[in-house]
Amino acid sequence: MNSLDFSIVVQAWPYLWLGLVFSLALTAAAFLIGMILGTLFALVQHFEVPVAGRLVRAYIALIRSIPLILVLFWFFFLVPIVLGHLSGTGRPVPIGANWTAFITFGLFEAAYYSEIIRVGLRAVNRGQFEACQALALSTFHTYRCVILPQVLRVASPIILSQTIILFQDTSLVYVLSLTDLLGAASKLAQLNGRLVEMYVVVALVYLGISSAASQWVASLRKRYAMAGTRR
Amino acid sequence: MFGVLFEQTADGQRYIDWLLSGLGWTLALAFFGWWIAFAVGLVVGISRTVHNPIVAVLARLYVEIFRNIPVLVQMFLWYFVLPEVLPTSLGNAVKQIPPPWGSFFPALVCLGLYTASRVAEQVRAGIEALPTGQSEAAQALGLTPYQTYRFIIVPQALRLIVPSLTSEVMGIYKNTSVALTIGLLELTAQARQISEATFQTFTAFGAATLIYLALALIAYQVMAAIDKAVRIPGTTPAKGAIEPSLKDDLEQVGTLPDAIEVMK
Repeated sequence: MNSLDFSIVVQAWPYLWLGLVFSLALTAAAFLIGMILGTLFALVQHFEVPVAGRLVRAYIALIRSIPLILVLFWFFFLVPIVLGHLSGTGRPVPIGANWTAFITFGLFEAAYYSEIIRVGLRAVNRGQFEACQALALSTFHTYRCVILPQVLRVASPIILSQTIILFQDTSLVYVLSLTDLLGAASKLAQLNGRLVEMYVVVALVYLGISSAASQWVASLRKRYAMAGTRR
Repeated sequence: MFGVLFEQTADGQRYIDWLLSGLGWTLALAFFGWWIAFAVGLVVGISRTVHNPIVAVLARLYVEIFRNIPVLVQMFLWYFVLPEVLPTSLGNAVKQIPPPWGSFFPALVCLGLYTASRVAEQVRAGIEALPTGQSEAAQALGLTPYQTYRFIIVPQALRLIVPSLTSEVMGIYKNTSVALTIGLLELTAQARQISEATFQTFTAFGAATLIYLALALIAYQVMAAIDKAVRIPGTTPAKGAIEPSLKDDLEQVGTLPDAIEVMK
């Protein structure tokens, strides 16, 4: 066993930091895209929109049945082709690994968020809908101002837990040789041979961020649970 | 479309043989990993509910650590870091395990222990969902704490959590693909190899996707059958008295640690 030298990590920190920023940016972007699309998907199913409802359901079932790495491979292969068709030229449009990662994670997470929101929609008390009708709110206003805010509030601990999982899952962009936190560490480790220090530090960073976030979510959940009993 | 799978490869096999060998590794990892996860998860989950503070804290620590580090990073810790921090002779012995076993065992341990932390949370949730009257009645009958857990608490808790364990089973078979990062040629890795060798990306990934879908369906059906066989009479799954179906499973907000709370 070679002696461990964690001072190497101090030197490497600026590069690791860039990687961490990429991981966080990917998480934030996937969260935004995923929530917007996911809400849309959930509503499409909730209203049982013909054809679209079935398509969305099939998409979600498919995405949830295959490993994320395979999804990543799929999208890296498909996105340039689809973009090519959309742009009308029919030729694949290379947009670079970074962009594809953002699109992939956004579309992937949409499937998971949409399931959470859909369950939330079903859990809303019928009285809420009836009250909206009695107040003559339009369907749009009913959902926009009454139903969705409640769903998002009730589901927020679960949505946030899912986002923590998403943050951990972003490490899988390693298979596409992107420089996220883990990618940065592994590239440095190949240069300086300090595998042990690099991977241990990366593990600690992930552990620190994820468990701090989990604690926060747990306290949030407790607060909402108490608010629920007061009703 | 899938014709290319039956063509000869450079090493005299057919591409479909590559896929099948990948499927074999995926299944082996998922199957044996699941039993590690179930055994360790059961022990840790029970430990989280006992009154001994040291045991409870250790169990909590286990869950926190294994749940909050990405599987891929854990994979690297087992594969790259462990042999380095072991005593030299033992570390060298580990490094000399011939492939593919040298990748398989770290992946197995990694997936087993990671999934165990998630199973532990389900077990704990199941135990906490039981009415306290169960353990009080056991006490009143003069059962020891061990007997209470062994004969009263754990059997009921396990029967309650079968639906939520389904998503953990699904989780472990999907996570087997992470093993490709440490060089195990499981299903996804083989699909990528075929795609690179033949440039038939659509076919290669399509075949792998179909296999994963079939596995998901089988895993689901098996768990539904188990649930049906062991469900405590009179308790309906929280989602209502519907027959279990793939649709219901997908409604469970699957891989979340708080699946049980979602259902309430």
